[in-house]
Amino acid sequence: MATKTMPQDQAAAKNRPRGPQKCEIHLQVNGRTEKIWVEPRRTLLDALRLDLGLTGTKKVCDEGQCGACTVILDEQPVYACLTLAIECEGRPIETIEGLAQDGRLHPIQEAFIAQDALQCGFCTPGQIMSLKAFLAKNPRPSLAEIKRAVSGNLCRCGAYLRIAQAGLEAARRLAAEHKP
Amino acid sequence: MKRVIKTQTEFEGRIYEEHVVIEGQGLEAWPQDASLKIVGQPQPRIDGAARVTGQAHYTYDIRLPGMLYGAILRSPHAHARLLAINTERARALPGVQLILTHENIPEIPWGNGQTRLLDTTLCYAGDEVACVVARDPDIARDALELIEVEYQQLPWVLDPLAALEPGEPQVYQRGDLEAGFKAADIVLERSFRTQTALHNCLETHGSVAYWEGDQLTVWDSTQHIFGVRQGLAAALGLSLNKVRVIKKYMGGGFGSKNRLGKYTVLAALAARRLGRPVQLMLSRKEENLAAGNRHATVQRLKLGAKRDGSLTAISLKAWAAVGAYGFAMAVGGPVRQLYRCANLRTEEYGVRTNTGPNSAFRAPGYVEGAFALESALDELAHELNIDPLELRLKNYTERDQIMDKPYSSKGLGQAYRRGAELIGWRKRGHTPAGAKLRRGFGMASQIWGGGGGPPAHALCKLNPDGTALVISGTQDLGTGTKTVLAQIAAEELGFPLEAISVEIGDTRGPYAPLSAGSMTVSSVGPAVRMAAHDARQQLLEVAAQLLETRPAELSIAEGYLIAPGGRRVALKELLADKLGQFIIIGRGARGPNPEDRRVNTFGAQFAEVEVDLDTGAVRVLRLVAVHESGRVINPLTIGSQIEGGIIQGLGFALLEGRVVDRNRGIVLNANLEDYKIPTMLDVPPINHEMIDLADTYANNLGAKGIGEPAIIPTAAAIANAVYDAIGVRLTELPLRRAAILQL
Repeated sequence: MATKTMPQDQAAAKNRPRGPQKCEIHLQVNGRTEKIWVEPRRTLLDALRLDLGLTGTKKVCDEGQCGACTVILDEQPVYACLTLAIECEGRPIETIEGLAQDGRLHPIQEAFIAQDALQCGFCTPGQIMSLKAFLAKNPRPSLAEIKRAVSGNLCRCGAYLRIAQAGLEAARRLAAEHKP
Repeated sequence: MKRVIKTQTEFEGRIYEEHVVIEGQGLEAWPQDASLKIVGQPQPRIDGAARVTGQAHYTYDIRLPGMLYGAILRSPHAHARLLAINTERARALPGVQLILTHENIPEIPWGNGQTRLLDTTLCYAGDEVACVVARDPDIARDALELIEVEYQQLPWVLDPLAALEPGEPQVYQRGDLEAGFKAADIVLERSFRTQTALHNCLETHGSVAYWEGDQLTVWDSTQHIFGVRQGLAAALGLSLNKVRVIKKYMGGGFGSKNRLGKYTVLAALAARRLGRPVQLMLSRKEENLAAGNRHATVQRLKLGAKRDGSLTAISLKAWAAVGAYGFAMAVGGPVRQLYRCANLRTEEYGVRTNTGPNSAFRAPGYVEGAFALESALDELAHELNIDPLELRLKNYTERDQIMDKPYSSKGLGQAYRRGAELIGWRKRGHTPAGAKLRRGFGMASQIWGGGGGPPAHALCKLNPDGTALVISGTQDLGTGTKTVLAQIAAEELGFPLEAISVEIGDTRGPYAPLSAGSMTVSSVGPAVRMAAHDARQQLLEVAAQLLETRPAELSIAEGYLIAPGGRRVALKELLADKLGQFIIIGRGARGPNPEDRRVNTFGAQFAEVEVDLDTGAVRVLRLVAVHESGRVINPLTIGSQIEGGIIQGLGFALLEGRVVDRNRGIVLNANLEDYKIPTMLDVPPINHEMIDLADTYANNLGAKGIGEPAIIPTAAAIANAVYDAIGVRLTELPLRRAAILQL
């Protein structure tokens, strides 16, 4: 169920004691407010994947060890599997589905394809979201800084060297876009 | 015209002879100097956009109307008998739809009859006991905790040497072993151990099953859709036409997804009983307990050599801990194949232990075997005071000694030379005595199959708008199969790459083998080329009649028909305007393997390491890899494969290893925190090159596989570099800090 405007009672809902039964939660995902009805134990990851059908965010370990479920919450990269949906009431959430605009890929996505910074692609959404949050704060990073920024994102296929290069290329592409 | 022939194919180090059906005319291989426009060029993945946007749907992402979720209850004991199971409380939990136990499902044999789908004898901590299906995955997991089981624990065994029981070994022998050792000036005897490694594919194993009447459709994260179809049909008593298996995108496999899984059959049984789709995905913990592993080995290796380094005899005795229902991989492969040696014997045992069953894991057996052989050869070189690279050249062979045939191509000599140049092998220095930070260089080599073979089939459909669709029942694990097949079709058709789509991973397509053994490109690629060739011939016949000329007068380039006089005619105008929706369908099949040649892949890797004697830390500073796998179709994605293999090899050398508690027989590190796979910060610079030789005997592309070759020599090269740095041989993987500090 999607509603375009934020309901008036949302702020009030935030302070109401809720659970352990199912409760109403408003999630602001990629600029749209979504209303779901879940138990307080629902993780943001399961809320995205099961309740909202946003399966681009991947479940790999479900215990905060691999980074595959990284999304951006309040401009910070977070592991969606370690975040409860109920904690996210009214806070802006960005997922991989929100990056491409009108069918145009985001510069980070373009850089990943150009550098072949993926094989199976299962860690890719998490890698890209980590980099997006990082590049927003650090638009001219060194290679070492990029590596550290995604060091919490595991890749079993071993695309690491290319992910780091894609980070550099993405920074260049973003800088070129922002030039007047 | 269809021909039934007998051909030999190599799969994971073993040779199989089988009857296959060949169709169509054989195509000559593209010669070494063929001027190819699309094949051989770096091409970004054609499905890259789907993978970077979250639009690619993996099995884990499938959502069907009314879909339910499954979860599996597993044995907490290393060996136990199930005495009683009570599901009453679990069934009463709201949202629970069904619980499958051994009491309410058919007796379906599993693991070559060693056990059943749900058995009452449980042979490892993680063995399947029951399956819950519920409306929500959280409810399914809640219900697992409400199932009451009474177990009687039984004695268990973990160590392969303690588990030895009289069994038939796999024995290979050539020449006269005794005479060979007698003729030796030096005999070196060493034992090596390798650890159990866990695949940890990022997408766990799992399936979605649903029925429409008597028709079963399964989405499965698998490397072998046709194998899953056959296994499911047998398990459920269905005919093949009632089972469809689909795999669009998958999050890694590395050999662990070669076969039908219990989760698939459980999902199908539950879906049939409930009349609703069921998704059953393993958790990360289950993935580490029950989804396969690289078996641990113990290897006793004996080398005999002349003073000049030439090998006179090799013998290997190897034990592989295959777990509860596993099987031994070809650990003796490198010993049998890599060097010239007339007198040789390998004796390999699979030893059953009460741990999760092994499965194929990227070059199964060869990674383990290469560590022992290449470590021992390195030591032999030091004993004889011969450069390790020179020793390998001294024992170089141009012929396969098992079948006594020449290789179809062997670029290992070039790989040695180029690799040595790139790492600076001849100029490598030595750390001064007394230094705490010690540098070292090491190298190792690789042989593997990767030649593939029939049967493999493909279709190439030409649309009236001048685009084409390639269809084959193969799989893309993330290796870039789709892109490579598109390049081959585009090249043969004379179409631009953008005009090609590829549809794979559906048993409704033509048969293709499992994606394993580094054989997808070399098996399916030639079939795609032939299908494209057939489609192109048909197109020229049709076009010639429309243009009132002869097919021989026409050619195709960049998606245009080139008519006599060089006139360019857009296919879209010609076909769509005159023939409407007419579609050409070209068919292709993989031809037989050469009878008089052995097809293999080769490579050499070099490592430079730094060992800190105070902390025992091994830092890999640099890795160099040079491989020969025939013609390179896509230099961009082949590079990704090589880096990926090397990084997994680095993990195997330094970080990875399943830890099992000796007192309870349970796995202690069944997660991604305690089981260490390499991270971004563990990876050194990797310099890789291909010896780009068209192997014109191998198949009509001249291409062979690369997925597995890349991982084979890495651990051995690193171990040899560590020896060079510290002067002490570590014979057990992973190379542990503790072992170095104890020196």
